[in-house]
Amino acid sequence: MIHSLFLINCSGDIFLEKHWKSVVSQSVCDYFFEAQEKAADVENVPPVISTPHHYLISIYRDKLFFVSVIQTEVPPLFVIEFLHRVADTFQDYFGECSEAAIKDNVVIVYELLEEMLDNGFPLATESNILKELIKPPTILRSVVNSITGSSNVGDTLPTGQLSNIPWRRAGVKYTNNEAYFDVVEEIDAIIDKSGSTVFAEIQGVIDACIKLSGMPDLSLSFMNPRLLDDVSFHPCIRFKRWESERILSFIPPDGNFRLISYRVSSQNLVAIPVYVKHSISFKENSSCGRFDITIGPKQNMGKTIEGITVTVHMPKVVLNMNLTTTQGSYTFDPVTKVLTWDVGKITPQKLPSLKGLVNLQSGAPKPEENPSLNIQFKIQQLAISGLKVNRLDMYGEKYKPFKGVKYVTKAGKFQVRT
Amino acid sequence: MSSNSFSYNEQSGGGEATELGQEATSTISPSGAFGLFSSDLKKNEDLKQMLESNKDSAKLDAMKRIVGMIAKGKNASELFPAVVKNVASKNIEIKKLVYVYLVRYAEEQQDLALLSISTFQRALKDPNQLIRASALRVLSSIRVPIIVPIMMLAIKEASADLSPYVRKNAAHAIQKLYSLDPEQKEMLIEVIEKLLKDKSTLVAGSVVMAFEEVCPDRIDLIHKNYRKLCNLLVDVEEWGQVVIIHMLTRYARTQFVSPWKEGDELEDNEKNFYESDDDQKEKTDKRKKPYTMDPDHRLLIRNTKPLLQSRNAAVVMAVAQLYWHISPKSEAGIISKSLVRLLRSNREVQYIVLQNIATMSIQRKGMFEPYLKSFYVRSTDPTMIKTLKLEILTNLANEANISTLLREFQTYVKSQDKQFAAATIQTIGRCATNIVEVTDTCLNGLVCLLSNRDEIVVAESVVVIKKLLQMQPVQHGEIIKHMAKLLDSITVPVARASILWLIGENCERVPKIAPDVLRKMAKSFTSEDDLVKLQILNLGAKLYLTNSKQTKLLTQYILNLGKYDQNYDIRDRTRFIRQLIVPNEKSGALSKYAKKIFLAQKPAPLLESPFKDRDHFQLGTLSHTLNIKATGYLELSNWPEVAPDPSVRNVEVIELAKEWTPAGKAKQENSAKKFYSESEEEEDSSDSSSDSESESGSESGEQGESGEEGDSNEDSSEDSSSEQDSESGRESGLENKRTAKRNSKAKGKSDSEDGEKENEKSKTSDSSNAESSSIEDSSSDSESESESESESESRKVTQEKEKKTKQGRIPLTKDVSLLDLDDFNPVSTPVALPTPALSPSLMADLEGLNLSTSSSVISVSTPVFVPTKTHVLLHRMSGKGLAAHYFFPRQPCIFGDKMVSIQITLNNTTDQKIENIHIGEKKLPIGLKMHVFNPIDSLEPEGSITVSMGIDFCDSTQTASFQLCTKDDCFSVNIQPPVGELLLPVAMSEKDFKKEQACLSALHLLSKPRNANRNE
Repeated sequence: MIHSLFLINCSGDIFLEKHWKSVVSQSVCDYFFEAQEKAADVENVPPVISTPHHYLISIYRDKLFFVSVIQTEVPPLFVIEFLHRVADTFQDYFGECSEAAIKDNVVIVYELLEEMLDNGFPLATESNILKELIKPPTILRSVVNSITGSSNVGDTLPTGQLSNIPWRRAGVKYTNNEAYFDVVEEIDAIIDKSGSTVFAEIQGVIDACIKLSGMPDLSLSFMNPRLLDDVSFHPCIRFKRWESERILSFIPPDGNFRLISYRVSSQNLVAIPVYVKHSISFKENSSCGRFDITIGPKQNMGKTIEGITVTVHMPKVVLNMNLTTTQGSYTFDPVTKVLTWDVGKITPQKLPSLKGLVNLQSGAPKPEENPSLNIQFKIQQLAISGLKVNRLDMYGEKYKPFKGVKYVTKAGKFQVRT
Repeated sequence: MSSNSFSYNEQSGGGEATELGQEATSTISPSGAFGLFSSDLKKNEDLKQMLESNKDSAKLDAMKRIVGMIAKGKNASELFPAVVKNVASKNIEIKKLVYVYLVRYAEEQQDLALLSISTFQRALKDPNQLIRASALRVLSSIRVPIIVPIMMLAIKEASADLSPYVRKNAAHAIQKLYSLDPEQKEMLIEVIEKLLKDKSTLVAGSVVMAFEEVCPDRIDLIHKNYRKLCNLLVDVEEWGQVVIIHMLTRYARTQFVSPWKEGDELEDNEKNFYESDDDQKEKTDKRKKPYTMDPDHRLLIRNTKPLLQSRNAAVVMAVAQLYWHISPKSEAGIISKSLVRLLRSNREVQYIVLQNIATMSIQRKGMFEPYLKSFYVRSTDPTMIKTLKLEILTNLANEANISTLLREFQTYVKSQDKQFAAATIQTIGRCATNIVEVTDTCLNGLVCLLSNRDEIVVAESVVVIKKLLQMQPVQHGEIIKHMAKLLDSITVPVARASILWLIGENCERVPKIAPDVLRKMAKSFTSEDDLVKLQILNLGAKLYLTNSKQTKLLTQYILNLGKYDQNYDIRDRTRFIRQLIVPNEKSGALSKYAKKIFLAQKPAPLLESPFKDRDHFQLGTLSHTLNIKATGYLELSNWPEVAPDPSVRNVEVIELAKEWTPAGKAKQENSAKKFYSESEEEEDSSDSSSDSESESGSESGEQGESGEEGDSNEDSSEDSSSEQDSESGRESGLENKRTAKRNSKAKGKSDSEDGEKENEKSKTSDSSNAESSSIEDSSSDSESESESESESESRKVTQEKEKKTKQGRIPLTKDVSLLDLDDFNPVSTPVALPTPALSPSLMADLEGLNLSTSSSVISVSTPVFVPTKTHVLLHRMSGKGLAAHYFFPRQPCIFGDKMVSIQITLNNTTDQKIENIHIGEKKLPIGLKMHVFNPIDSLEPEGSITVSMGIDFCDSTQTASFQLCTKDDCFSVNIQPPVGELLLPVAMSEKDFKKEQACLSALHLLSKPRNANRNE
């Protein structure tokens, strides 16, 4: 399936290559570079490229291109999903998935890639299994290894591989047994000029951090499971149990993982926590325009809205912006034409606003469309859909774990058209 | 030092000079680099020395540096001899890195690579499964043709390995060997065939992958494994799921008839499946419907459904395409929700998913209409995503939503991304042609866009308007005039050409403007684009024919210009037109028809989706994405007219007697069943037949040893679900697999029962089981289990054992060998429907049929052993203080001879009286009957009362669901009988038994494994 993998950085250097079958020459990447050039923007590089003898499937992650070489028919999502899994694994092992991190740990990277694929077909992709086979690098371990001569490589088959719960490591032991769940909801919305909602929905995930000894069997129930319209599960969740009782019952992997992601049914009205008043205008035949936005809270359920950032991609003809803000700070990058306004918290007494003049390139026609505003915010201790975890029960182990649930609501793809 | 610092040095180039030297030379062939030759040699000497040192740490460092070189694509092949020596290193990390090196360079240095082979051969026999597996991996990855026979041998051996992990690697090795030497195909197919029979979820994905690569056309190999694959699917790792689903989609398209149209060809074939009386009813039910889906077809569709919830986009997409290609159209709707969910994912995933949705939305609009707004474009989307979304929006547009869409499009037209704005205009044009109601609105809107400042937008509008006008025979003189004016300003060739064509076509409607336009164009002819030149010629010709007085000279001037144009197309066209329109002595008969030729009514262009032609590719494939047939693409065949014989999928004889539950019913059962362990639910949902269990049953049969057949089979019936297998792997190796499964069973039950008591118990049974890895333990094991757990099957075994001890005369049929058992499905499967000859109703049938000449062959005997273990019917926590337990007293039921008697003990654990306990609404599957107990007026606190009731389970293990009501509350509860409880103990002579056996062929086959059970 997957023949080879090339890692390419932003400037077009191939800094790592790995072949699972016969060696494919680096020159195959030329087709990729060609497509990259054509696309102008990295975001627009087509993920699937056909070349005379190979097919290239690539992903773009953290300023790196993962380009895989395929020779025969394969579901493209299979490869894409796998490449993302590779990137996730690097992230997991090295804390970041960057060129520097990969170059520093090139041997571990190679060992990982060797374990993850065999002859182009995924072999072990569960982080818990991989960590038993190849230990993540830590300073302490490298010191110990250099003294004792022990290695980073496990010499027995991780038991997870054989069991039906490959995601869990065996022999987990903690002195403090803890289970934390983060319910993170994101509001995706498009608000039109007049402030009415064109489209809004809530996407949520429950991320878990489980540090429990032994083989705990958890079940998590909700006060209002009906809210969840469409759910995707970590493989550890027993589907039948959810179908019949709406309870999440699972033996968790060790460590951090995403338990479920869900969508709240679009029938429900979505509360939009902020509003924006805006007036952006460009004068005809003049080299300036006015820019004025004010942001305020709305339907925030009594919680403070914080971490507000407004990002605006200004039209190309904008040369510079001369603004004053009542709160926070703003930056305008004249090269990318991106205006970023870091607002912070909203206090209802004094609404933050940003206003001033826009300098346009003289002579150029005025932009027809006002740029849309992308808004980021965060509300702690609130799941906007109203989802509530009811209880968490643990079976199979005797100790009493420490349990915690945290709710956060964030803006997802939140866009205000102006 | 650690590897990090070493490799880092190398990369940063800040290391010692020697390292730099090596970096520079390793890419150049040593002989070529004179100046650096010495240092290069020295450098390699350095690495070689490290490799030859006695210290592992030095070797390791050297290997790490070499791997670093490989990673960067530098040539390290000359170190081959030095590296290969370390292949037998004791240090596992060195060994692994040597493996990496070998796999990379063995192809280039074949002779030297052979030196390492013996090491691998030795490692293949290593007791550590990881070592065996990785040896096989490397051995098969060394692409040296000379070792093909060795590889073949290794693969064959590994495919019979006890460790499923090694077998998985064997499956991978098959593909490697095949690509190295396709000659081996036949032998490899044998191995594939063998591995396809493997019951391990670990192996399934890999072997199907090998199948797809080596012999995708050998669909006959799948038949016998079809049902097993369907049932294992949920537990296979995600990558395997994708491959299996794609393969099964192809399989289904060759084996089942189309569910899309009416047809009942299947009826006859299905008859084989219905042997027992119970099923008759269902068959008649089915008859009413015009089309009956093959149960296997249904099985696949049902078993893949939960995978739509997978976190892996590839799995979701695979299921979606399966539903799209093989499910009835009415059921395919469920995939849209999941696909829309994927749109939240990464850019790349979005891209592929949107492409597939685009194809789907052309054919079945309704599927995605409810999600229309999810395809609204955001200004931050990459252009390729935007255009795909736009495409889908266009496909979804209809009379009802077009006004909303047009409003949305208006925003898009103004987008800063001009490429996208142009695409939007195209889209508006398509909507205008597809939906007649809005054609005028769209046209007006497009005309407004003509005054847009951006040229791309204007040009695109012109092109689209041209197409629209062409479709409408109505006069649009005004628009044409307006467009004629645009010719002065617009520079985009396509737009100019479009305007010219439009004027030419309508030259009689704009008689004043047309000649003037031609005049202007004649002036600028030489500087125009080729495309425009052709249209100028066209316009000239048309005007010449309609208005020769004014334009004759102009046209001739243009024709003259065209005659000497640089482009041969234009010269050709000029010559052609001149001959056609300008009368001269040589002009043939055609010139008479010139006017008809040029001014004929032209059919309007169809504005079609660019995804129109993609639907012949299977969705979700690379070929679909590229719209080119990719290498190795396997065509999805059309549905066969008549389904091939479905009995080829019957694995064992036992399946002849199985019951196929129609889907609806099975689902009902599922929802009703809250109480039982997942495993059981799973079995039922998967196919309420003996199939799934039998399949998995034989797995453990294979691994377990002789004496424990019966019992291990029961355990493995849980196999299919058992995410709970947890402890298994940890506590014991695969030898203990059997034990593990029992654990899982215990576990599964304990969670569903929510009770701590059960939990404790299961734990005790766990521990007892965990210790038992030996064969001898098995029986005692089952005993202990039946006590602590009294799970249905185990009891059945006990019961049977008792029978054996009591009667002792039952023949032990010797012909049932253990080998057979691997493939056979012993009765112990709880769902195997027509249970061996002893169930009450069946017995009645037998008597009615008067099968036996001798008077009473069957006499009911009393059970010797009645287990006292109760099952929880209602836990006190969920019953608000009311607890209910039930157990099977194994006595003939007083309420009816077909009923199984059940005793229910009710406890009041609250401190208040519970009043009016009775049975409320009953939700029984068809055929089931129930005799309820008399309502209990009140139950004192801490009091308990035992009542008895009877349920006729119809000889099936279907769940009886009903409500247990008190004065204030109703609790849904259910009882599912273990198979053993449906049996009636009888005494029978050996002779009679044999007679019975001979009479009932189907049952005879069933009873075989049962006999084997008694063997223990």
